[in-house]
Amino acid sequence: MSKSGTKSGKPQQEPSVVHLAGSVDLEHAPGVRKMLLDAVALGRNVLVDLSAASYIDSSGIACLIEALQKARSAGSDLGLVAVSIQAMRVLELARLDMVFPIHDDIAAATAAGA
Amino acid sequence: MTSASFQVPASEDTAEPLLELHFTACADRLKLIRDSIRATARMCGFDDGTAQSIVLAVDEACQNIIVHGYGERGEGVVILGLYRCDAGILVRLRDFAPRVDPAKVKPRALNDIRPGKLGSHFMSAIMDTVEFRPGPEGKGNLLEMTKHTGEPQ
Repeated sequence: MSKSGTKSGKPQQEPSVVHLAGSVDLEHAPGVRKMLLDAVALGRNVLVDLSAASYIDSSGIACLIEALQKARSAGSDLGLVAVSIQAMRVLELARLDMVFPIHDDIAAATAAGA
Repeated sequence: MTSASFQVPASEDTAEPLLELHFTACADRLKLIRDSIRATARMCGFDDGTAQSIVLAVDEACQNIIVHGYGERGEGVVILGLYRCDAGILVRLRDFAPRVDPAKVKPRALNDIRPGKLGSHFMSAIMDTVEFRPGPEGKGNLLEMTKHTGEPQ
């Protein structure tokens, strides 16, 4: 990420939201991975806002997959919201658009029970 | 840094060298080269979306060199050459890491959902050809990839 992400979560069962911005790439993957796994560890569903992700590569995708699997093994879930065109192209290339729950925005994700 | 550089391959003797970059194999250099790759792909006639895909393929190839080629041996040198050829763009990546066994550079099955091993899939899915060769004089590795514009020349 060229900009640091932010994480916010509220008590009860509202989802934790992680915002990823800039380049989600090999350079920033360690920080992204920690941020995602920290969010998963809260025990709530996680929504990853990719609206400001200008670039994502296989390292960034690997972080998302790992977090998704940890979330599901812990009984929660991880979804993607407001996926940028570039990020969606990469997800489709890896056929992961059928694996991650993808929502237009946070409101739509929440309405869908995320 | 090495003084090595590319010669235009015989098979692409009409290829026009557009850009050659020498950079240290570490992750924070990749952002520096992505903009150059994108601009060069556009110069070769690709639309924005395809140019961005070419950026991803080359970026993934560079990551393989950084992570698997040099790996724990630390930073090494990578030379990226971009050529305009009749069919589109020719990408050459040279490193001086131990020889790569091309048989081991295989993507995982996409239905095997797990972190990692997607870079090789991106390279082969995006580019029309991907070929690993020994480096000149038996040193390191040479990766050649081409992407065709699909337009009559």
